[in-house]
Amino acid sequence: HDSCSFILKVGIRGKDIVVLGVEKKSVAKLQEERTVRKICALDEHVCMAFAGLTADARIVINRARVECQSHRLTVEDPVTVEYITRYIATLKQRYTQSNGRRPFGISALIVGFDYDGTPRLYQTDPSGTYHAWKANAIGRSAKTVREFLEKNYTDEAIASDNDAIKLAIKALLEVVQSGGKNIELAVIRRNQPLKSKEIETLVAEIEKEKEEEAEKKKQKKSS
Amino acid sequence: MALLDVCGISDWVKEDTFSSQKASVDRVNHFNFAALEPELAVPIGVDPAEFLKPFTDCEDGVEGVTIKLKHGTTTLAFKFQHGVMVAVDSRASAGSYVDTQLFKKVIEINPYLLGTMSGSAADCVYWERLLAKECRIYKLRNKERISVSAASKLLANMVANYRGMGLSMGTMICGWDKKGPGLYYVDDNGLRLSGNMFSTGSGNSYAYGVMDSGYRYDLTVPEAYDLAQRAIFHATHRDAYSGGTVNMYHMQETGWIKVSQEDVGELYHRFAAEKK
Repeated sequence: HDSCSFILKVGIRGKDIVVLGVEKKSVAKLQEERTVRKICALDEHVCMAFAGLTADARIVINRARVECQSHRLTVEDPVTVEYITRYIATLKQRYTQSNGRRPFGISALIVGFDYDGTPRLYQTDPSGTYHAWKANAIGRSAKTVREFLEKNYTDEAIASDNDAIKLAIKALLEVVQSGGKNIELAVIRRNQPLKSKEIETLVAEIEKEKEEEAEKKKQKKSS
Repeated sequence: MALLDVCGISDWVKEDTFSSQKASVDRVNHFNFAALEPELAVPIGVDPAEFLKPFTDCEDGVEGVTIKLKHGTTTLAFKFQHGVMVAVDSRASAGSYVDTQLFKKVIEINPYLLGTMSGSAADCVYWERLLAKECRIYKLRNKERISVSAASKLLANMVANYRGMGLSMGTMICGWDKKGPGLYYVDDNGLRLSGNMFSTGSGNSYAYGVMDSGYRYDLTVPEAYDLAQRAIFHATHRDAYSGGTVNMYHMQETGWIKVSQEDVGELYHRFAAEKK
């Protein structure tokens, strides 16, 4: 029973940025943290976070990485996010319809930018279906987080890159214990490769904003 | 099947027995862009090039028993400021016999893609129609038209599988896609070149001579039409295996248009009159 399904992952599609936020599970004292990778790059412009059996995910990610390069070789263009999502979904579906095999036990969030600059976010599930999303969550308490996103995902909320990142952090903070130590973020900006994001300062900003909101409410009540 | 794998049978069981069910289930055919699945069955243990040698027109050939493959053409294409010009002749010859003067050497793949043909007519027609099929499938799967570089790459990959087996094909893929006008030369060795000006076929040296002497990037549209037409005409005049009519296409941002189809005999008289 893999621990990965208990980890919350949030994906947000901004205007010029896509954000993947992952809850950092506390590891055993002697365990090397570096070996627990939940956000994986499939190509320079596409990355994927998964919930489910890590071992199954490894196979899918490897096949997807090879397909990204094969596409570059055959067609001379980088894959579109939809193409690689379709490939992964087709791969998963084939394993639901052949004898002697079991389906892949993972759901994946695939984010990235297409060649023409459009940001994309897709989710796949073990049956092999895939859908495009503006913002989504998978893993532990995904339902709660999705409800939060439904209320708070507006055009103003993602107006700038930082706003989109803050929204992802706020969504994670709904469920995760507060503190930058428990959140791992990856962002892709148009024409830039995957980057891990500095959390501490942004989390501090969000905490400050929350305090200010609480203050305002108190003042309203008192007046 | 997993059981077959465990027993180690799949190593020596050939693909065309019952285990081909495994092959079609596992092989992701709709993601290989026609490169992996050979379209033509080649008999095992036979080298097609060696097999064909006695029957084709070469030194080791048997006297009096030769298959004269249809050869001989002049085609050209060049990029200029208003798009891409494509011009071809229309003679199909088999040795010294002229099969037809009205052969279509430009295949219209879609409103934004053209392919020219030179070399063996059978090879060109077959492989470019296969390319057109792949382009249509690409559009259905990906909801957008294939790019010129991808289309030329698909063709190059398809014929590279048959390298050395006697294919004869020199083609130019011209089109207009998101990256602008595109022109690629693809031949039967799997060579694929991007460029601003190409001419292929037995008459290409004559066409190059005329094109090089009159080509500028900033030609106007009528000047470009005239240059392309003249180049093909002069090639048909001197090359025995080119002739018939000059078919001209202009690839613009909004797609290709067929400019003209003129008989070289009439062109001869027109150019002769100009000289006076």
